[in-house]
Amino acid sequence: MARQLNIFMENRPGRLSSIAKILADQKINVIAFTIQDRGDFGLMEILIDKPEQAYLSLADKGYACALKEVLVVCAKDKSGNLYKLTELLFKNKINISQAHGYVMASEKQGICCLDVNLKDRKKIKISLKKSGFRILEDKDLSELL
Amino acid sequence: MAINYWDKKIEIIDRAALKKLQLKLLKETVQQALKTDFYKNRLRKCGITSANDIKSLKDIEKIPFTTKDDLRECYPYGLLAVSQDDVVRLHTSSGTTGIPTVIYHTKNDLNSWSDLVARCILATGVTHKDVFQNMMTYGLFTGGLGLHYGAEKVGATVIPAGPGNTKRQLQLMKDFSTTVVHATPSYMLHIGSKLEEMGFSLKDLKLKKAYLGAEPYSENTRKKIEKLFHIDAYNSYGLSEMNGPGVAFECVYKCGMHTWEDAYILEIIDPKTGKDLPEGKEGEIVLTTLRRKATPILRYRTRDLAFIHKGLCKCHRTHRRLSRITGRTDDMLIVNGVNVFPSQIEEVLMRIPQVGNNYQIFLKKDGALDKLIIKVEIYSKMFKGDLKEIDILKETIKDELRACIVIHPSVELHEPGALPVWEGKAKRVFDERPKL
Repeated sequence: MARQLNIFMENRPGRLSSIAKILADQKINVIAFTIQDRGDFGLMEILIDKPEQAYLSLADKGYACALKEVLVVCAKDKSGNLYKLTELLFKNKINISQAHGYVMASEKQGICCLDVNLKDRKKIKISLKKSGFRILEDKDLSELL
Repeated sequence: MAINYWDKKIEIIDRAALKKLQLKLLKETVQQALKTDFYKNRLRKCGITSANDIKSLKDIEKIPFTTKDDLRECYPYGLLAVSQDDVVRLHTSSGTTGIPTVIYHTKNDLNSWSDLVARCILATGVTHKDVFQNMMTYGLFTGGLGLHYGAEKVGATVIPAGPGNTKRQLQLMKDFSTTVVHATPSYMLHIGSKLEEMGFSLKDLKLKKAYLGAEPYSENTRKKIEKLFHIDAYNSYGLSEMNGPGVAFECVYKCGMHTWEDAYILEIIDPKTGKDLPEGKEGEIVLTTLRRKATPILRYRTRDLAFIHKGLCKCHRTHRRLSRITGRTDDMLIVNGVNVFPSQIEEVLMRIPQVGNNYQIFLKKDGALDKLIIKVEIYSKMFKGDLKEIDILKETIKDELRACIVIHPSVELHEPGALPVWEGKAKRVFDERPKL
């Protein structure tokens, strides 16, 4: 399992840029991010190459943030692959509560970050691997770029 | 102008006789208060062990003041001066820090309270022929039930509408030809602004009078409401510690609120020194109950500021007239007629672990109604990264505040460190409402 950084942020101009500046100063590279809006505030979920370092530098500045384990699945960018992945999770009765995904066009690879509650991690990892999916760990994130 | 009295003899009693009556009732009240441990201890310390130690009205100055904190410390039974078997009702109100206060009433206490309210109602020219729509909150808040029982005693047709649901209020007024209403001035303005939008016109209504209370407002607001509805509006004063409404009320001449001095001893003191102030000088209202057996209270500091009008009223009532409330000696806020202390809000916030140290309280106007906005910082160390947990936190803060202060606040969550930090005493309350 890899970890993404979840950050509580106020919904007003300048908040995203101040987070991005801290990451830039630390030479941390952003792989993907998404923001969920709740009116006065929002939650930023961000996948970066150095999760631990990013967490420490934001926490040090007083941000309410936390590292969260997510299932980061890497697959060939090909029609039907998302179906294959989700069908597999469905058959294992795994619910996806939050998700974001993107494609690395040059690599012809798709990345899915899934917030799932895994009881039997080993089992699902094996069956995902069997079907040709790659599951990324923290250390793999820096190699993505 | 026709002047009606509920109890003419006592309402126009001459001052000398009134003072004699006050002394007699004060002695009885002290005797009654001595039945409670709280007053027994407190009065002993200043040399009062029986009613005989009160020889003149002036002797009241020997008695120490009773404060809201005293009432809190006595909660729940410390000030009960009768057997619980004789109690027929109690009203509690929220204290400044979450501990409530309680006032008990015997059957006779309730009877004398509604008699006072009946006097108020007749003093405004309302009779048993009127239809009275009570738009004040019922329940533990004394505003609703207080006027309700008084109006029933007068024999008016009472519609116990309670507050809110403006369309239904207007429908009730139209269907039952309501002639008198009781509401907060804010709510009257709100109804006035919605009247046409909701498909009504002034011609549908038979409204003649309004009783306005539970929040401070100016003479201009009274005039505005009177003009808006083509009615007469009367100022009302009361507080739960002194029963509720019915302590002081305006008569048809609308020149200050007659304070029923056969039921309360009225003093205006300098809030700093505690010394009695002469008529006409603004100070803190201090009241002593004279007719309540279940919970006698001596020299209660109301924290309300006002002054006493000089001279006699054209209605011939000899009970002195209190000005409108000009302010408070503490930081109490009045939100849509409900009393709220910033300390209550702080207490609720600080027992929620996900809330940080900093918070702000904003009061704004949403149309004619008050809006309470609480801004809180979340505590970074308690954040686990889930949006759901933040949604739950927001609901928790709202629910806990509503349970404590009885009003629905809106809650805004902020990043740690986003709200200004204060050196020294923090400014946390921002009342941005235009003055009524």
